[in-house]
Amino acid sequence: MRALVLLALAACGSARADDDNRHDESSARMAFATVHEVFMHPRCMNCHPVGDAPLQFDDSRPHAMAITRRSERNGVACSTCHRAKNGTRPNQPPGAPNWHLPPAETPMVFEGRTPKQLCEQLKDPKQTGGKDLAGLVHHVEHDALVGWGWEPGPGRTPVKTPRAKLVAAMKTWAAAGAPCPD
Amino acid sequence: MTKLVVNGKHVTVSADSDTPLLWVLRDKLGLTGTKFGCGIAQCGACTVHVDGQSKRSCVLPIGELDGKQVTTIEGLATPKQLHAVQQAWLAENVPQCGYCQAGQIMTTVALLAANASPTDEDIDSALSANLCRCGTYPRIRRAVHRAAAAIKERG
Repeated sequence: MRALVLLALAACGSARADDDNRHDESSARMAFATVHEVFMHPRCMNCHPVGDAPLQFDDSRPHAMAITRRSERNGVACSTCHRAKNGTRPNQPPGAPNWHLPPAETPMVFEGRTPKQLCEQLKDPKQTGGKDLAGLVHHVEHDALVGWGWEPGPGRTPVKTPRAKLVAAMKTWAAAGAPCPD
Repeated sequence: MTKLVVNGKHVTVSADSDTPLLWVLRDKLGLTGTKFGCGIAQCGACTVHVDGQSKRSCVLPIGELDGKQVTTIEGLATPKQLHAVQQAWLAENVPQCGYCQAGQIMTTVALLAANASPTDEDIDSALSANLCRCGTYPRIRRAVHRAAAAIKERG
């Protein structure tokens, strides 16, 4: 009798653990939807483009003056025009510390990525430049260039989702094992 | 007060900290070779070098430049000879109206420092950010190739 009770309790515990796991995974998937939504915002996506040309403005058009990664290799760095902070006069270039594109070898493309594609990319250290999930969360939470997305200066729509909410969503997703959407 | 080195000379400048370097060069130091074009870092006419990197001086506040080394078009040549890029510009008769050419030359010097043997695509990728309303781009390309060859020949 005692054995049966223990077995039943163990079964209940197992069922509860399964429920908790399902809840965690469901929460993580919902959290990743927030991550995807923010990463597709022009303030984030414009520096994570398909190809070598950064994008600009809210309609994500190719950068003026045909600027590409090749420009950087030929003496025209981003910092030729972009300073460490936004220009103070209308139509001057935006700025933040270390203004740059991801390296060509690990371009970390956001543009056009489905939630599933983005998720799998973020979990692949070969595509993140060696960053693990904790490294990605740290980048999103602390990098001043990422933070510019919430203070982009005049004429550019800031990211709507608060940065703290994005960071919390990334942490929820990562803590649950970073499950990807179907 | 901002202390900086312009074309090898130590200078101390009294100007509001948000005054663009361009106006310090032109109005305070009398170096009028660097031109005003758009004022928003789009056209490249105001290009100078700061610590060897090309910069748009029209959007660069003097307050951020304390202790920096600035080179303008006036600082490229030695008393004895023009810079190889300037010589190539003359040989190819590049300028038409000439207004953008100081910026074109400063960008080219930075280009050749980064890439000693640029292809046409490399040249376009750097100099597409310097506007020339006269359309001298074919001559600019030829001059860049000529300067690259001359610099290599001199070792």
